[in-house]
Amino acid sequence: MSRLKPAHWFGLALVAIALLALPLVLTQVGTAWVRIANFAILFVFLSLGLNIVVGMAGLLDLGYIAFYAVGAYTWALLASPHFNLHLPFWAILPLGALLAGMAGAILGAPTLRLRGDYLAIVTLGFGEIVRIFMNNLSAPFNITNGPKGITRIDGFGAGGVNFSTTDTLFGIAFTGPAKYYYVLLVLMLLVIVVNLRLQNSRIGRAWVAIREDEIAAKAAGINTRNIKLLAFAMGASFGGIAGGMFAAMQGFVSPESFVLHESIMVLAMVVLGGMGNVWGVIAGALLLSFVPEFLRYTVEPAQQAIFGRLLIEPEVLRMLIFGAALVLTMRFRPAGLWPESRHKREMGERRA
Amino acid sequence: MDILLQQIINGLTTGSVYAIVALGYTMVYGVIQLINFAHGEVVMIGAMVAFSVIMALVGMGLPLPPFVIVLGGVLAAVPVCMAIGYLLERVAYRPLRHAPRLAPLITAIGMSIILQHLALLVWGRDPRAFPQIMENASFAVGGAAISSVQIAIILLSVTMMAGLTWFVYRTRFGIAIRATAEDVRVAGLMGVDANRVIAATFTIGAALGAVAGVMYGTYYGIAHYTMGFILGLKAFSAAVLGGIGNLAGAMLGGILLGLVEALGAGYIGDMTDLCRWPVFGELLAERCAADGHVVLFGSNYQDVFAFLVLILVLVFRPSGLLGERVAERA
Amino acid sequence: MNFPAKALSLSVAAAVLMMACGKEEPPPPPPQAQTPPPAPQPVTVKIGHVGPLTGGIAHFGKDNENGVRLALDEANAAGIKIGGQPVKFEMVPEDDQADPKVGNTVAQKLVDAKVAGVVGHLNSGTSIPASSIYNGAGIPMISGASTNPALTEQGFKGVFRVVGRDDQQGPAIANYLLATAKPKTVAVIDDATAYGEGLANEVEKTLKAAGIKVLPREKGTDKTADWKAVLTKIKGKKPDAVFYGGMDATAGPLLKQARELKIGAVFSFGDGGCTDKMAELAGAAAEGLVCSQAGIPVQAAGKQFLEGYKAKFNMDPIIYSPFTYDAAKLLVAAMQKADSADPAKYLPALAAIDYNGATGNIQFDEKGDRKDAEMTIFTMKEGKITPLAIIKGGKSLTLDEYAALAAPAPAAEAAKPAEAAPAPAAPAQK
Repeated sequence: MSRLKPAHWFGLALVAIALLALPLVLTQVGTAWVRIANFAILFVFLSLGLNIVVGMAGLLDLGYIAFYAVGAYTWALLASPHFNLHLPFWAILPLGALLAGMAGAILGAPTLRLRGDYLAIVTLGFGEIVRIFMNNLSAPFNITNGPKGITRIDGFGAGGVNFSTTDTLFGIAFTGPAKYYYVLLVLMLLVIVVNLRLQNSRIGRAWVAIREDEIAAKAAGINTRNIKLLAFAMGASFGGIAGGMFAAMQGFVSPESFVLHESIMVLAMVVLGGMGNVWGVIAGALLLSFVPEFLRYTVEPAQQAIFGRLLIEPEVLRMLIFGAALVLTMRFRPAGLWPESRHKREMGERRA
Repeated sequence: MDILLQQIINGLTTGSVYAIVALGYTMVYGVIQLINFAHGEVVMIGAMVAFSVIMALVGMGLPLPPFVIVLGGVLAAVPVCMAIGYLLERVAYRPLRHAPRLAPLITAIGMSIILQHLALLVWGRDPRAFPQIMENASFAVGGAAISSVQIAIILLSVTMMAGLTWFVYRTRFGIAIRATAEDVRVAGLMGVDANRVIAATFTIGAALGAVAGVMYGTYYGIAHYTMGFILGLKAFSAAVLGGIGNLAGAMLGGILLGLVEALGAGYIGDMTDLCRWPVFGELLAERCAADGHVVLFGSNYQDVFAFLVLILVLVFRPSGLLGERVAERA
Repeated sequence: MNFPAKALSLSVAAAVLMMACGKEEPPPPPPQAQTPPPAPQPVTVKIGHVGPLTGGIAHFGKDNENGVRLALDEANAAGIKIGGQPVKFEMVPEDDQADPKVGNTVAQKLVDAKVAGVVGHLNSGTSIPASSIYNGAGIPMISGASTNPALTEQGFKGVFRVVGRDDQQGPAIANYLLATAKPKTVAVIDDATAYGEGLANEVEKTLKAAGIKVLPREKGTDKTADWKAVLTKIKGKKPDAVFYGGMDATAGPLLKQARELKIGAVFSFGDGGCTDKMAELAGAAAEGLVCSQAGIPVQAAGKQFLEGYKAKFNMDPIIYSPFTYDAAKLLVAAMQKADSADPAKYLPALAAIDYNGATGNIQFDEKGDRKDAEMTIFTMKEGKITPLAIIKGGKSLTLDEYAALAAPAPAAEAAKPAEAAPAPAAPAQK
C-alpha cells in the first residue's frame, strides 16, 4: 500500500467519509433506510464468506446459510432469556465463528472428496438438515425453542453503550440502527482485508490452484484436503459472525430465516459479481440487496398504474431476477460482471 | 403386522414415484455426467399441467370415464414437459458443455428458480387440489388396504421401467445412447449425433417426470409450485443410492428410499422412545410416567432420512448399490 | 500495475454504492401524497397497518387492511375532535411479506413516519420482533390476528391484541372434543411451524390435564403432501380423535388420506384448517370435521361492520378484519378519551378501555391480552364451515344464545357513527 499516489489517497478518503456519513444522511430520509443499508452490509459480509468457498476454492456450497444459522443461534442461545444467559459480544461472536467453522469442517471432512456437483447437493442437504434440526430441537428437550424461535435476544453492547437505543454525541443523534451500521462497517472492512490478504497469500494461491486443476495442485505438493477444509471452515466462520450480528440486530431468530432461498441469494450475489473477485462480489451483493427495495418502490406502483392491479409481486420478480442472473451470468459473463483480475495481475507481478 | 404391511405398501407406492423421477436424473447423468438440477421442477410442471387439463375436462361435464380424463391430463403434461426438458438442455447445458463443471450446475439452479416462479405466476401460490374423479376402491390385503390408485401407480411404474429398459437396450437409438454414455467422442466417430442423443435423454427423462408428476398429484390429491424441489432431491438421492447412471439402480434406489422413509417415519419414533431404553428410562422416570413417552426422533425428521441416506452413500459407497462406474474424483 | 486497477474498481464500487443510495433517496415519505387535503385543515393522525400484502396469505393481509380502512373512514365521517381540533385519520399501509426481516424494516418505516398507533402485524412471527421496535419508539400496537402467546409475554406496555391467544384457542377445541367425542386416546399432529406447533402444544396440555392418553407427537411440514406413513403409524395405535395444528393446505390431504386408510377417528383442526377450502382439498372426507377459530364467527360480527364492509369493498370479510376494524376503532376511542393523539398520553386510556366493538366487548388484561376472549367451534356441513358453538368464559353458547347475549350492548354503541359508507370511493381502492 506504500505506493499509493496522492490521488488514490484522496479517493479513499472520499469513500471513507461517504461511508461514515451515510447513516446520518439516511437517518434524515428515514431510519428504515439505515436498516436496509445494514442488511446490505450483512449480505456483503456473507457473500465475501461464501466467496472464499465458492469463488476462491471453487467448492459449490449450496448450504452456506446453515453456518449463518449456527452463528445466529449461538448468539441467540447465549444472550437471551431463553437459557437466562447474557454473555457479552466479545465472547459470543468469536464463539459463533468458531462453532460455525467447526460445522464447516464437520461438513467438509466427509464430503470434500466428492466432485463439484455432488458436493453441491450434499451441502444443500446439509443446509436443510441444520434447519430441520433447529426447527425440531424443541422436543423432547427444549434447546432451540423450535419454530417459535427465540425472542428478546440481547442487542450488541460494548462499554456501556446500548446499541438498541438512540444516543446523542457531538450534537448528532445516533439511532440504534445507525450504531449497528458502524459495527457492521468495521466488521465488513475486516472481512474485506482478510479476503484481500488471502487472495495474495500462499493459501489463496493454493485455493485457486485447486479450483483450476485439483490433480495438478496435488502434484505441486499442495495438501488439497487440508486446504479445502480450511476454505470451508474459514468461509463458514464468516457466516457465523454474520449470523451473530443478525441475531443481535433483529432481537429474534427462528428457523424460517435460514431457508434455501437465502443460500441461493448469497450464491447469486457471488456469481453475479464475479467469483473470486472481492470487489466484484461486494458490488454483486450491494446490487442484489437493493434490488428488492428498488422493486418495491417501482414495480408495484408501476403495475398498479398500468394494469390497475398487481400482476407480478415484487417478491416473485426478485426470484425471477435472481434465477435469470445465475443463468445469464454463466452464459455470457462466466467470470461475473466484475471478473477477477488475478491472471492479469499475476503476470504483472512476475514481470516486476 | 397389518400396520407393517400397510407401511410397506405406502413405501412401495412412494418409492415407485421416486424411481420414475430418479430415472430422469440417472439418464442425463449417464450421458453427460451432470446433474439435471431442474428435473424436480419439470415433475412439478407435469403435475400442474395435468391438473389444469383434468379440471378443464371435468368442467366440460362430458360423460367421460375417469380413466380417460386422467389420461388426457397425462397426454397434455408429457409434451409440455418434454419441451421444457429440451429447453433446459438447450439453455442451461448445451452452451456450457465445455465450460467448467460448476457453470452448468449454476445455470441449472437458475433455471430451476425461474421455472418454479413461472409456475407460481401461472398456477398461483395456493395448493391445487386434484378433483376426486376416480372412486378410489380399496382392497384388503392381509389387514392392510391397497387402493386402486396405488395399484395403478405401481403397475404403471413397472411398465414404464420395463419399456425404458427395452428402449435403451434393444433399439438402435438406445444403443446410440449407451455408446454416447461410454464415450462421447468415439460414439461421434461411429456416426452418433451426440447433440441429438443428449437432447433425447433430457426429453425422455422429462416425459417420465411428467408421468411421475401426474401420479404424485392423483395419489396425494394435491399439487403445489414448490413440490418439485423436495421431490427432486429425494429422487436424486434415490438415483445416487442405486448408483447414478445406472437404470436398474435408479429403480432399486427409488423403491428402497420409499421403504426407508415409510418405515423410518413409522418406527423410528418408537425405537427412539427413551422411556423404552434401560438407562434413560430410569433417568427420565418422572417424565415417562407423566407423558408415557420421551421420543427423541419422530416423523419430524422424515425429510432428513433421504439426505442422510445420500450423504452416507456418497461417503461410503460413492458408486451406489449397483453402480459400476466409480464417481470420478474431481 | 496493481493499483490503478484496484483504485478503479474501488471507485466503481463506491459509485455503485452512491448510485444505489441516491436512487433510494427520492421517495422518502411515500404514503402522504395520496390523500387530498380537506378544506378546514384538520390535524392529521396517522395510523399504521402492517400485514402481508404480497405472498401466500396476501388475501388475509388485504382483508385486515380493509378492516382498518373501514374503521378510519367511519371515524373521519363522524368528524371526531381531539384536543378541540378536528382530526383526520390517515392509514399508512405497509407490507411485511410475512417475513420477520421485512417486518422489522417496515416497522421502522412506520416509526419514521411518526404514526400514532399501529394495527398489526398478522403473523406472530413478524409481530413479535416488530413489537420491540414499536415499544422502543413508544408507539402502541394492537394485533388483530397474532395468536402466539409470546407476543404479550415480553413485558411491553404498548403491545395489545384483540384476538384470542393460542393458549385460549387450544383449550377451547380440546374441551369441545372432550365433551363431545369423549376420546380415550388422542393423536396430536402438527406442521412444525410456530403456529401449528404452538396450538398443538396447547391442545395436548389440556387433553393431558383431563387424563387423556396423548400419543407421541407426529409432525409434517407446512408443505407435506404425503401423510400416509404418519397416519398408518397412528392407525396402529387406534386413537379416538386426532388434532392437527396446521393450515388447510396440509390439513386437507391429511384428512383425505386418513379416510383412505380407513381411520375412523374424529378429526379436529385449529383456525388454519377451519376454512371452506377444506371441502375442496379433502373432498367428501371433509364432512363432519370439527375446528375452532379464535374470536367470534364472521357471521356473528357486528351488523354495522358487516354491512359497512360489504358496501365499501363489495365482498365479504374473510376472517380477521372484524378484529383489525375493532383495533383501529380502539385506537380512535382511546385518543378521544385521553383527548390526545400523543401515544404517551392515550396509552393509559387504551390499556383501561372498555369498548363494545364488532367482535363483542373488549377489555385488556395487564399483559395486553383481551379479557375473556371468545372462541368458536365449527363443523363442516355440506361443504361449508358452519358455526356450532361460541365459547365464552368457559361456557358453550349457540349462535343464537350469543346473539341474544351480545345484542343490547352493540346496539347502544352503534348509534355513534352512522353508516355514511362513501360508496363512490370504493372501486379506486381495490
